[in-house]
Amino acid sequence: MTFWLLLTVNSVTFGGLLFLLSAGFSLIFGLMRIPNLTHGSMFMAGAYLGTTLLAGTLGFTLDFWLASVIAALEVAILGGLMERLLLRRLAGQQLAQVLVTLGVSFMVADLCLMGWGGDPVSVATPAGLGGFARIGAAVFPLYRIAVILIAVVFAVALWLMLERTRLGAMIRAGVDDPQMARVVGIRVSRLFTIVFALGAGLAAFAGMIGGPILSVYPGLDQDMLPLALVVVILGGTGSLLGSFVGSIVIGFIYNFGQALVPELAYFVLFLPMVLVLVLRPQGLFGGQIL
Amino acid sequence: MIGGTKIAGVVAILALAAAPYAIKEIYYVNIASQILLYAIFALGLSVLVGYAGLVSLGHAGLFGVAAYAAAYLLAAGYGHAVAVLAALAIALLATAAFAALSLRATGISFIMITLALGEILWGLAYRWISVTNGDNGINVATRPEPFGLPLVSARGFYGATLVVFLLAVAATAIFVRSPFGAAVCGTRDQPRRMTALGYHVWMIRFWTFMFSGLLTSVAGILFVYYNQFISPQALALAASAEGLLMVISGGAGTLLGPVVGAALVVVVKNVVSGYIERWNFMLGAIFVAIVVFMPEGLVPGAVRLARAAWRGISRARTEARAPFAEPKP
Repeated sequence: MTFWLLLTVNSVTFGGLLFLLSAGFSLIFGLMRIPNLTHGSMFMAGAYLGTTLLAGTLGFTLDFWLASVIAALEVAILGGLMERLLLRRLAGQQLAQVLVTLGVSFMVADLCLMGWGGDPVSVATPAGLGGFARIGAAVFPLYRIAVILIAVVFAVALWLMLERTRLGAMIRAGVDDPQMARVVGIRVSRLFTIVFALGAGLAAFAGMIGGPILSVYPGLDQDMLPLALVVVILGGTGSLLGSFVGSIVIGFIYNFGQALVPELAYFVLFLPMVLVLVLRPQGLFGGQIL
Repeated sequence: MIGGTKIAGVVAILALAAAPYAIKEIYYVNIASQILLYAIFALGLSVLVGYAGLVSLGHAGLFGVAAYAAAYLLAAGYGHAVAVLAALAIALLATAAFAALSLRATGISFIMITLALGEILWGLAYRWISVTNGDNGINVATRPEPFGLPLVSARGFYGATLVVFLLAVAATAIFVRSPFGAAVCGTRDQPRRMTALGYHVWMIRFWTFMFSGLLTSVAGILFVYYNQFISPQALALAASAEGLLMVISGGAGTLLGPVVGAALVVVVKNVVSGYIERWNFMLGAIFVAIVVFMPEGLVPGAVRLARAAWRGISRARTEARAPFAEPKP
């Protein structure tokens, strides 16, 4: 019983991390019509940058949460620069843009290997969250509960941003019909930069707060990117609700797969993908942004 | 012109056949074998990317399925003929499944699905330890002796690879020049019009994918015999990207382009790896540079420049259409 309960908590936690990763991926896809293949690299780069801020190799040691936010901001700025300097040159050529994101992902992976070496870096659980919460006979790790809460807060915040703010309305307009959005005076190209930076920052933040659970290692980017892809294929591109539902589903399938059929953990992801592609190729919530 | 092309072709084949005897060092003969086997892989991918307009980022997965199937069967004690034929059959089945799923979409979504499928195959190779031996890979003890010709030596292996390579080039040439090949280009440029004309666009794409998968599997089997070893690295996204780099650097949608691209990538990879360990960084950087600055690829670019020079410099500035620009619906 405890085993299943713990597995469920782990699944929801992992789903929360996946949501932070794939929400940005899905928004970028919805707006710019490209899968950002550097998304896994941003997840990994955020985690590496965060661990450096934690480790004190720079002469100071930051609090875990502060380090996460700063790492996320750093990666967000890098993402914004990448959009401005590289992707902007190829505006309108989606395939070329995808290939550029692929090329950059290899460069980032190699730079991280150069900077942080090949050994996995473990991240200490932040102070005060190392313990467990007891509810009846069941025991829950506090940090995982915290990650779930953070993911929920971000989901609500993103929803409010898209639904209630001016920026959100502009993004929705851009996703719906970029040309008409331009006609009515929305600077869609600026939205591209904002959304790309936002997605990069969210991915990096997810990488850092995922650190205590997953640790950071070379190849983390290649582990996470397909998961984000599968979430988006499952949930439908450009849909916030789709990435939320897709993340939770994949979180469950991946964790239960790893616990029950460890050798085929990656392969079981294939099943929901097959079902969705056969029955509903646009994804469960394809075509709706919220 | 046709006579000239034929003569050039015969000279090229003779040069390729004579190459291992002109080259003294075994190391370079091996590099030449690598170029040929990767050229087959690139040809297969190019059929899909250049002619059908479907960019796959999962082809290393299919390459790996063929290689792993052959290695597994050989390690299990089956003979070469059985192992190779069964590996081809298994890889073609995998290709059919791959195609059936990824052809639910086209364009960018097609890339995403092939990428995800390729990564799932990689995950399988990496984690399904009882079959694939995980990170340690599978060793292949011997090379086959087709018709009594031993392939143990580097030159013998080069010869066999050359024969397979020439067959692959011929098959691809027949494929793309046939009426079916014209239909494939039609589905790339005007899928709706092709549907209106009564062509079954999905089926045309499916069979193109199968042909591409066949060449990819052949390359995979050659790969496992060349290295006598297979590990999950052969299926990684970087391997798919390398294949795509060969295709687009040489020029997608040409017969010669992928071959030149394969030569370029293999040579650069071996030269670079000799000096620094940062091949992946170079791969990414070259990728970005080619996509940003030379989207048409090296061969069409060179052909364009040569033709422009021939006709007179005045028209040299005509904008080259990027071969992978999205067709307008």
